[in-house]
Amino acid sequence: MILNRIENLGNSTIYHVRDMGRMGLFLAFTVLGIFKRPFRFAALIKEIRLIGANSTVVIFFTAAFTGMVLGLQGYYTLRKFGSEGMLGSAVSLSLIRELGPVLTALMVTGRAGSAMCAELGIMRISEQIDALDCMAIDPFRYLISPKFLATLIAVPILTLFFDVVGIYGGYVAGVKLLGVNPGAYFTGMEHSVLNEDITLGLIKSVVFAGLIAWICTGRGYFVQEIRDAGFGAESVSRVTTQAVVLSSISVLVWDYLLTALML
Amino acid sequence: MSEAVIQLVDVVKSFKSQVVLDRVNLEISTGRTTVIAGQSGQGKSVTLKLILGLMRPDSGQVLVNGRDISRMRKRQLDEVRTNFGVLFQGGALFDSLSVFENVALPLRERTKSSRQEIRERVMETLALFDLTGHEDKYPAQISGGMKKRVGLARALQLEPRIMLFDEPTTGLDPTKSMEIYQLFHRAQERFGYTSIIVSHDIPKIFNLADQVVILQDGRMHRFNNPEDIHWSDDPGIMDFVRLTMGQIYQSEQMER
Ligand SMILES: Nc1ncnc2c1ncn2[C@@H]1O[C@H](COP(=O)(O)OP(=O)(O)OP(=O)(O)O)[C@@H](O)[C@H]1O
Ligand SMILES: [Mg+2]
Repeated sequence: MILNRIENLGNSTIYHVRDMGRMGLFLAFTVLGIFKRPFRFAALIKEIRLIGANSTVVIFFTAAFTGMVLGLQGYYTLRKFGSEGMLGSAVSLSLIRELGPVLTALMVTGRAGSAMCAELGIMRISEQIDALDCMAIDPFRYLISPKFLATLIAVPILTLFFDVVGIYGGYVAGVKLLGVNPGAYFTGMEHSVLNEDITLGLIKSVVFAGLIAWICTGRGYFVQEIRDAGFGAESVSRVTTQAVVLSSISVLVWDYLLTALML
Repeated sequence: MSEAVIQLVDVVKSFKSQVVLDRVNLEISTGRTTVIAGQSGQGKSVTLKLILGLMRPDSGQVLVNGRDISRMRKRQLDEVRTNFGVLFQGGALFDSLSVFENVALPLRERTKSSRQEIRERVMETLALFDLTGHEDKYPAQISGGMKKRVGLARALQLEPRIMLFDEPTTGLDPTKSMEIYQLFHRAQERFGYTSIIVSHDIPKIFNLADQVVILQDGRMHRFNNPEDIHWSDDPGIMDFVRLTMGQIYQSEQMER
């Protein structure tokens, strides 16, 4: 009984250590793959379109409504202190420092991260990745690095887009609907948002992008090594769910860490 | 000795408690055709994957050109793999690429040919495999036999030194599979590659073979001559002969 437990503990420790080693090497190969020639420019553009351009509608609506809610909530809180004039800075700071990067990352995880994971998982179980290996075509250079780089490029741009749309959402709610002075909204914002805030937001979005791409492609690539995932289509669906959960949590954890570090 | 391009030395491969290959030895000489036969689940595909370095043996050596690939780094392995052309049992076509793009992929990624050259080469091969007019379809839109042929066309693109075919004719009608064998024969005469064919097409496939290997219960039984198989006294092989060749002889008799 006790021996069994110790054995299980040992097995699961070995599994997790191995898993981390695997994922670490995977990241290294992915980054190296970016610098291998010939570079697949067409694939990069295609991936940016898949991850970036196709997410704009989702990001637009998420951002607009997040901004509007911030406008409403901010207005009622600030009014208690008689400082509705601060609404512009409150909305824009929360968007640029926190909500923009985090919500964009979460939306991209759900839309593009899951797709990347499932695509690689299916390619793995149908031996397409083995076929690449056998043709001596590096699957990292050919498949994974373009996805990784595309995510690194697309997510910060989407985040900026989110910020801008969100700020206008706050404007609509605060100024148009609740009657805050429009001049105050934007001057307040100009005075309080510093370059550091924008840098923090961008650093966050780049880190989140790396996390999403790493976890989602890595899980898909290793779909057959993952414990208790089952086989075939079922394993791909389970691993995809797992990848989405894992990258969402990692985004939130790293959000805290980066905020704490850079404050 | 130096003639052997591929050698398995005391190779053991098991999955959990199931021993699939139990200290097998195999030697494949340059320019020759080896046919691997055996009942389903005896480890034929596993043998190919070991030779390709997609799986590593539990113990023993897999030598390609005298070098042990189970101890190689990725870069060296890639170098060895540039010699290989592979047809997977399931085809392993890239399902988000069209038939044309599938066949063109090795040329695009591994050679410096121009677009025009690639186009010509690919269309020529597709014609050879009777796939003209299907080049814009996707793997999900073509039949099983067509997938096999696309896989073959793709495998032959880089004129490999060693060809590995995992059941190239399963799922094809008899005329088509005959044509494919003739194609093998011609291509081999032209390029002189070494080939390893896993096949259930017994005894038809034996016409092509320089040696026949039958996998049975984790062991390899090697025959230099297809006729020798009939004289084997191993009960497993006798079963195999009765089940496979017997059937075909019987059906030939019934046709008459
Ligand atoms: N990745 C794997 N994990 C566990 N067992 C495996 C794995 N791959 C193969 N096996 C087992 O090894 C044995 C041999 O499999 P293999 O695919 O080589 O059979 P085969 O001879 O090619 O059969 P077929 O003619 O049906 O293709 C089977 O019993 C199979 O269950
Ligand atoms: Mg097989």
